[in-house]
Amino acid sequence: MKDMMPDDISGEYQEHMFSYHDGTHRKVLFTNIETQLPEGSLIVSRADLRGIITDVNQSFIEMSAYHKDELIGQPHCILRHPDMPAAAFGDLWKMVQQRNKWHGYVKNLRKDGGFYWVYATVIANIRNGDITGFTSVRRRTSRTKINEAETHYQTL
Amino acid sequence: MTHNFTVSPDFNPSHISGWYIFNTWLQRAINEEIHLELYNSATEQRKAIADDQVQLIYANPYDATALVRDKGFIPVARADNKTDEAIIAVNHESLILNVEQLTDGTRISSTDDPDVRMMCMIMLEPAGLNKSNTITIQRDAYILIAKDLLKNDADIGFFLEDTYNELSDITKKQLRPIVHSQIHVIHHLLLVGPKLAHKKNDMQSSLLSMVDDPKGAGVLKSLNFERWIVVGQEEAEFMIDLMDTLAE
Ligand SMILES: Cc1cc2nc3c(=O)[nH]c(=O)nc-3n(C[C@H](O)[C@H](O)[C@H](O)COP(=O)(O)O)c2cc1C
Repeated sequence: MKDMMPDDISGEYQEHMFSYHDGTHRKVLFTNIETQLPEGSLIVSRADLRGIITDVNQSFIEMSAYHKDELIGQPHCILRHPDMPAAAFGDLWKMVQQRNKWHGYVKNLRKDGGFYWVYATVIANIRNGDITGFTSVRRRTSRTKINEAETHYQTL
Repeated sequence: MTHNFTVSPDFNPSHISGWYIFNTWLQRAINEEIHLELYNSATEQRKAIADDQVQLIYANPYDATALVRDKGFIPVARADNKTDEAIIAVNHESLILNVEQLTDGTRISSTDDPDVRMMCMIMLEPAGLNKSNTITIQRDAYILIAKDLLKNDADIGFFLEDTYNELSDITKKQLRPIVHSQIHVIHHLLLVGPKLAHKKNDMQSSLLSMVDDPKGAGVLKSLNFERWIVVGQEEAEFMIDLMDTLAE
């Protein structure tokens, strides 16, 4: 993944260097600007077995501030925000590979450095008995839940 | 041998005759005896399905999930340009302007239509509302939900968007939607069961050509459909996965 570029950022930003668990690195730039997911809308994406994005809906594109062709083919951690500890995703991959649903409160990073909070669900796509990929649906949540998640993630 | 056809009981009652007309048309088109059996409630219909009484169904997305995954039904078609979206509405004089203003103890008027309930309960989450801190009044028909709102017997009402739009203008003037879902990929599906699956291709080609045939076009009109489009296995599976992520 490419580093984030100052030209794409709106507002004052901080820098963070990610080392993802697949061994790659990326410099991300992030601001304090929050965008709210509109009421009633769902962010949907699909991934292959490695978590590479294979499909996104319009709401995903709008909330991420990327173009569709900048998203397809990238790993889902393109959305990872520095405030999200690895442990928050710790059981995600184990759960979905065991064909269980994973839920969590997630703070995602936008291309413009801003962020948005969602309640996310990830499940395995099972076809003729085999896992062929994963689907994630993210929805708006309450301020109370966001505050709880924020406090919890700071302790991880 | 006669095959039973049914329609999820969440459709607008004004389309009942349309489904009978469709059934007559379909029997001729695929040369099979098909009997349309409409059930009064989701519970009655589920029982018939469990007893293998149904071979063809126009199913809501929620029921489609169990039919495809557990009963071996396969997708045939869906109505073009129709997605299943839900609306939460209030009395037009209500002080509530958006979901986040709703508080504990909110009175909900709703049918037992499972996908509308599910989508609407999800839309209440940003207000911290759920089954345990709201009061649900269950009704058999969407018109009764409108009545509850008009009489202030409920604070909010859950509607299928299509059905909301078909309420009379006088009724709609006295209501106001506060939120509508924008999911876009959830649909009712026409599904065929294992005993009639050999007719799937015949059915698909007949359904597709309906718009081009004067009689077929009339039938579509009575259902308020623009046209049918074919649904493949993966499209249906994707929708079911999505429903799964939303289910509790
Ligand atoms: C279908 C699917 C959707 C995902 N959605 C997100 C997401 O919205 N935000 C996010 O940070 N990670 C998401 N992940 C998890 C990432 O793949 C990754 O595990 C996570 O960002 C942690 O990064 P890591 O690679 O450093 O472990 C998703 C994974 C899958 C399979």
